[in-house]
Amino acid sequence: MIRLERRPETSRIMLWLTPVLALVLTILVGMVLFAMLGKDPLQTVAVIFVSPFSDLYNLSELLVKATPLILIAIGLSLGFRAGIWNIGAEGQFTIGALAGGAVGLAFHGTDGLWLMPLMWITGCAAGMAWAAIPAFLRTRFGANEILVSLMLVYVATLLLSALVTGPLRDPDGFNFPESRLFEGSAAMPLLMEGTRAHIGFFAALVAAFVAWLLLGRHVVGFQIRLLGEAPRAARFAGFVEARVIWFCLLVSGGLAGLAGLFEATGPVGQLVPSLPVGYGFTAIIVAFLGRLNPLGIIIAGFVMAVTYLGGEAAEITMQLPNAVTAVFQGLLLFFLLGMDVLSTYRFRLRRRVREVA
Amino acid sequence: MTTTPLLQLDSLTRSFPGIVANNRIDLTVGPGTIHALLGENGAGKSTLVKMIYGALRPDSGRMRFDGRPYAPANPAAARATGVGMVFQHFSLFEAMTVAENIAVALPADLAGSDLPDRIRDVSASYGLVLDPFSRVDQLSVGERQRVEIVRCLLQSPRLIIMDEPTSVLTPGEVGRLFTVLRKLRDEGRSILYISHKLREIRNLCSHATILRRGRVVGTCDPGAETPESLAEMMIGNAVRRHIRKVQEPGAVRLSIDHLTLPAATEFGVDLKDISLDVRAGEIIGIAGVAGNGQDELMAALIGERRSATPDAVSLDGAPVGTLGPTRRRAMGMAFVPEERLGHGAAAAMSLTENTLISARGRRNLERRGVLDFGAAKRFAAEIVSAFNVATTAVTRQAGSLSGGNLQKFVIGREILQGPTVLIAAQPTWGVDAKSAAEIHTALDQLARAGAAILIISQDLDELLSICDRFAVLAGGTLSAPRASADVTVAEIGILMGGAAREQQDDAA
Repeated sequence: MIRLERRPETSRIMLWLTPVLALVLTILVGMVLFAMLGKDPLQTVAVIFVSPFSDLYNLSELLVKATPLILIAIGLSLGFRAGIWNIGAEGQFTIGALAGGAVGLAFHGTDGLWLMPLMWITGCAAGMAWAAIPAFLRTRFGANEILVSLMLVYVATLLLSALVTGPLRDPDGFNFPESRLFEGSAAMPLLMEGTRAHIGFFAALVAAFVAWLLLGRHVVGFQIRLLGEAPRAARFAGFVEARVIWFCLLVSGGLAGLAGLFEATGPVGQLVPSLPVGYGFTAIIVAFLGRLNPLGIIIAGFVMAVTYLGGEAAEITMQLPNAVTAVFQGLLLFFLLGMDVLSTYRFRLRRRVREVA
Repeated sequence: MTTTPLLQLDSLTRSFPGIVANNRIDLTVGPGTIHALLGENGAGKSTLVKMIYGALRPDSGRMRFDGRPYAPANPAAARATGVGMVFQHFSLFEAMTVAENIAVALPADLAGSDLPDRIRDVSASYGLVLDPFSRVDQLSVGERQRVEIVRCLLQSPRLIIMDEPTSVLTPGEVGRLFTVLRKLRDEGRSILYISHKLREIRNLCSHATILRRGRVVGTCDPGAETPESLAEMMIGNAVRRHIRKVQEPGAVRLSIDHLTLPAATEFGVDLKDISLDVRAGEIIGIAGVAGNGQDELMAALIGERRSATPDAVSLDGAPVGTLGPTRRRAMGMAFVPEERLGHGAAAAMSLTENTLISARGRRNLERRGVLDFGAAKRFAAEIVSAFNVATTAVTRQAGSLSGGNLQKFVIGREILQGPTVLIAAQPTWGVDAKSAAEIHTALDQLARAGAAILIISQDLDELLSICDRFAVLAGGTLSAPRASADVTVAEIGILMGGAAREQQDDAA
């Protein structure tokens, strides 16, 4: 008989091994799935995991995908550590792009180095403001931040549609629901000509580094971790739960808003209704895959970027349905959460106790 | 005369990761006897009775019940065979009535519409006064225990296991419980009585089996033993009872002045007009049965809940009633909450990180928000060595420590901050005798160094041995403090029970 037995202490090795195991299981199950779809499983896996590294352009696209994922996941991970569940990063991403982008559009044709930072600040502040709604409702009325932040995603998406079909519509755009292109001072500086990789990647690295310092060295990070581990002990320590809720939601909202602005002014280049493609939700998987640890999140962001690009490649070269990326990411989160039990429990083979006849 | 033993355990063994909780236990309970199972916390009593009650399976060994092989797969099978159990911690739904609570636990054929009548019958025949239709949250702790006992008796058990039944009762309630137990015995039922209260066992039990560290170390007739000899068998060496020499108290350090605080939750207790002064060099105890306002008082003193007025609590004359825990600590207060895991310490954090919970300010572990982990680590190591905390490293998680060691760590963390006022709830709850003595010595030394100490405890023996004076908390009201030297246990019982009865009359 196999039994699960609680480990006396959380296993450090398992903590880092489980994401790897989850990835391996995802690939194995994925292969079964491809075989059932009538595709050569090995070849499909090769396309998914090799093509993203095949040339410089594909590598730059990895940066494009990983940047918003890492930026958002870093913010979310702080809240997740404290047991504060911001599920609405997608909405904060959208609002950040919308508000910061509106500033860029308002100064259309104006040149100046001040414009880009102004747009960043606006985008970040707008993301914070959107996340402040669940923070206020939670701290003031005890409303569940999961539901409030999630529902606000749909409000944000509809607001984006309304504005790009109205006030923010490109006057020369033949009535298409899209804004002008971000040009000149309002366009995100690129890392390399001919690619879409932009300097927002450095912002993601800075955010990860600051989060690492905060969690490991600063009393604010300690408050966050203690509140997540033992809420009563946090109160005993003199920490105020409401302040931690505000902090975590504002930081995650701000980073998501910034990621949205980067996406709009960089790879996408304009405000369009299809701007939110799910980075805000995928970042939740990234946060957990990276063990809510800033360094882990950087790695996980790239792993997830690979599944995006590889999924696209598999769609094109193997004629797989485009749901394959979402299925892959879903499997990964599923196995990750399932394997997590191994860090606090271990399997024990135990002989059945003989029944005394 | 030889009779078939009712319960016979033969070489029962059960281990858990890192510990053999029961090592080849032999035990025989005869019919119609009250048999004591005696041992310190952690001796293996709970594990043993859980196996008898079918809640745990033994690794090896066998059991016989009434001469027949007995291997219950689960508690329901144990109950069907005739084994009942009354737990130390009640499993009752507070918002449901007595009858409903009993019905949910019984098999369907016993839970019919005549259940309230049968509850009345059983409670009347044993003198366990109980109204089947009163809601459990209206009942006192003693009455809740009656619900558990009646629930157990309705299934006509032949062996009743009672796990520390008196730990939550007032002395008067204990007397009534014993009357019931003796009546059950005279009917031919057997009782396996778990306790570490020696006086009770000598009074009640005709046989005793003593466990120490998972093994049977002796059997005896407790009536023929002295409390000292029983204790010696239990802990393996002579009991060291620390008796505090009263010293002349100094100026008032902690002053609680007409503290009134409404309950935070529906099932909480309102604190009503509590006043108490604790002077430098003094240890004052607050006795009382759990659930009479202890948690609420602790929250108000820590600052987890703020008082309405600043001077409801003051420290060396300075009002602190509206300040939070961090400000109070900065002014010299330190606290040991009742719950170690989850309140005083975080299980998944290292001992080093756990020092940061309360000692950031007074031990300079934080400078403008930046944590000094080197200093925290040194402080953790200092606690471990000064308080003999058994652990391999300060990087170990707090949850990996045994209860007693974690308690020593938490108390050490507070005492080594050099507080001027220390407030501790249940400082030796669940701690072995040796650690308890060490903790008492440390508290005594702190008081001698000029601190004022307030101890909230349900353990009367503890309070009487280390406190200079003590008061009783009942129904959210605090009695006037009395000197420990000239009060008897019976008097305290009257204080505890009397106040509780007064409250019931108010409610009626």
